[in-house]
Amino acid sequence: MNWLRKNSEVIILPLIYVVIFLLQKNKILNNYVIQIIMLAGVNIIMTQSLNLVNGMTGQNSIGHAGFMAVGAYVSALFSKIIFNAAAMPPTMQTIFFLLATIAGGIGAAIFGFLIGMPTLRLKGDYLAIVTLGFGEVIRSIIRITPAVGAARGLTGIPKLASLFWIFVFVVITIYICRNYMDSAYGRGCLAIRDNEVAADTMGINTSKYKVQAFVTSAFIAGIAGSMYAHTLRYLHPDVFSYTKSTDFLVYLYAGGVGSISGSILGAFILTALPEVLRFMNEWRLVIYGGLLVIIILFRPVGMFGGKEFAFLKLKTGGIQHIGFSNLFQRKTKKTIVANEEASR
Amino acid sequence: MEKFIQLLVYGLQLGSIYALLAIGYTMVFGIIRMINMAHGDFLMMGSYAVFFIVSLFFADQMLGPAIALFVILAGASITGFIGVGVERIAYKPLRNRPKISSMIAAIGVSLFTQNFFRAIPFIGPNPRTFPKLLKDVLFYVGPIQLSLVRIVVIILSIVIMSVLYFIIMKTTIGMEMRAASCDKDASSLMGINVNRVISATFFIGAGLAAISGAFYANNYPVLTVTMGATLGNKAFIAAVIGGIGDIRGAVLGGFIMGVIEIMISSVYSELAYGISFVVLIIILLLKPEGLLGKPMIEKV
Repeated sequence: MNWLRKNSEVIILPLIYVVIFLLQKNKILNNYVIQIIMLAGVNIIMTQSLNLVNGMTGQNSIGHAGFMAVGAYVSALFSKIIFNAAAMPPTMQTIFFLLATIAGGIGAAIFGFLIGMPTLRLKGDYLAIVTLGFGEVIRSIIRITPAVGAARGLTGIPKLASLFWIFVFVVITIYICRNYMDSAYGRGCLAIRDNEVAADTMGINTSKYKVQAFVTSAFIAGIAGSMYAHTLRYLHPDVFSYTKSTDFLVYLYAGGVGSISGSILGAFILTALPEVLRFMNEWRLVIYGGLLVIIILFRPVGMFGGKEFAFLKLKTGGIQHIGFSNLFQRKTKKTIVANEEASR
Repeated sequence: MEKFIQLLVYGLQLGSIYALLAIGYTMVFGIIRMINMAHGDFLMMGSYAVFFIVSLFFADQMLGPAIALFVILAGASITGFIGVGVERIAYKPLRNRPKISSMIAAIGVSLFTQNFFRAIPFIGPNPRTFPKLLKDVLFYVGPIQLSLVRIVVIILSIVIMSVLYFIIMKTTIGMEMRAASCDKDASSLMGINVNRVISATFFIGAGLAAISGAFYANNYPVLTVTMGATLGNKAFIAAVIGGIGDIRGAVLGGFIMGVIEIMISSVYSELAYGISFVVLIIILLLKPEGLLGKPMIEKV
């Protein structure tokens, strides 16, 4: 009972699922809307994954679609090989689907480790540039590998992901992220985000914490990739281009970086928005881009930056956004002078 | 050997396009510490500007070298003013915010411009064919076939870069730029109008992007609204390889990128884009501040 009270997302999000499910059963939501909700779920998982690195640890990864691509291709290959080998009952299908998803996650996590290990030791924006490069390298490798369909794309992936499974993974992801933030590791990450040098001085092994967060994030991105592959049943390397990575960045920063509610709502609203604006034809993406600029100009921390739904608040109190106080205040001459004096 | 020299010329020509574009990235980063994700779109706007000037005033006729240069410069100044406007509207209010906010704003600007250009009827989603600005002459040096336009593009780029270097090193506005990139607050206390300096930086950066767009379109004469994205990414890599914030580094990085890309795509074209990133990652791991960059010292 106590556990349920502390982890109320485990109750509230399934309630949302039940509502959507009932609406679907009563033919109020058609398949098109359900498909958009499923893609929004995938985007929510990805944005959570990005939030772990960009929002909580303060490292800038701008090539996260690369990890999604690894997860998608690994899991799609896995399930394609298994399901071509033998026909099987639905229970076994589900089990192998879950195995494929975990395989995708592990594949992405391995790449996350390989990328994070050397680059997270560097200071500055280098992680951003290297992740951008990584995403593009993965894409070029996929484009020239015949085993995964090369530039034609990978077809014939069994449709195993359903609204139910995507919801399950969204809940698991949110549960993991929230508890990660609340654990000693997460506190270490928050400390690194707020002031890396101070965190180092206080005895936090900064590279270790950064790599841990990065690998966890890559794992979650791989799972999102698997969901994506088993929803759309077709993968093309160009889908996971740099544009896809910026989409997730946009969801995260327009939604509210560092805030779990913000990244959920950002991903959901901004996935749905282009579809809602469809009646405007070619002008819809113009409005989308314009809105994004307006959001960032008038609310630089994002729509829900520094805020959290009550049921997603950290269990131990409001430490979550402590480092964001400096995001809210404009850097005045006074603070600049204070910083200068401190550095002497 | 002949093939090597020929590829080298092609590489240097592509490299000069990258270098002109990378200078804009590096100048903006040097002064306001921001990665301008919309910089590639200035290239797109510039090549469209030149396209419209040519098709409005000089329809279907070969331009002389002087007029061609004039047209390119006119397109560059139009794009330069657009660049200043973009900075004023979208980036200036975020100047004291975390860098990542202005980067997201730049992504928004890029989305907006690309789709805006696609949506307005007289540009539209269909690719346009860029007119040939100059009549190309092929000539031979021994067994090597060279194209006059390619050579002219390389020489012209080097001239433009030298002029830029002169502006930055010898003129007042250049000195102000260097001061502002060193310490924005202190230089503003010394009476430098930092807003004016940043506007000038964006004007020069966007103008150079437009020039490189015209050069690019002269060689690969297909204009699309998304042409800036890939080129912008590559130029950004070039700026990072050379050491971001350093103009000589951007030029060096641009030429390295161009030559590597042409050499690799002559062997296996699918790999070219990936390999340039591999080169970037290797250089960053060996020398994190880039080839000519100075290591940044973190003050506590």
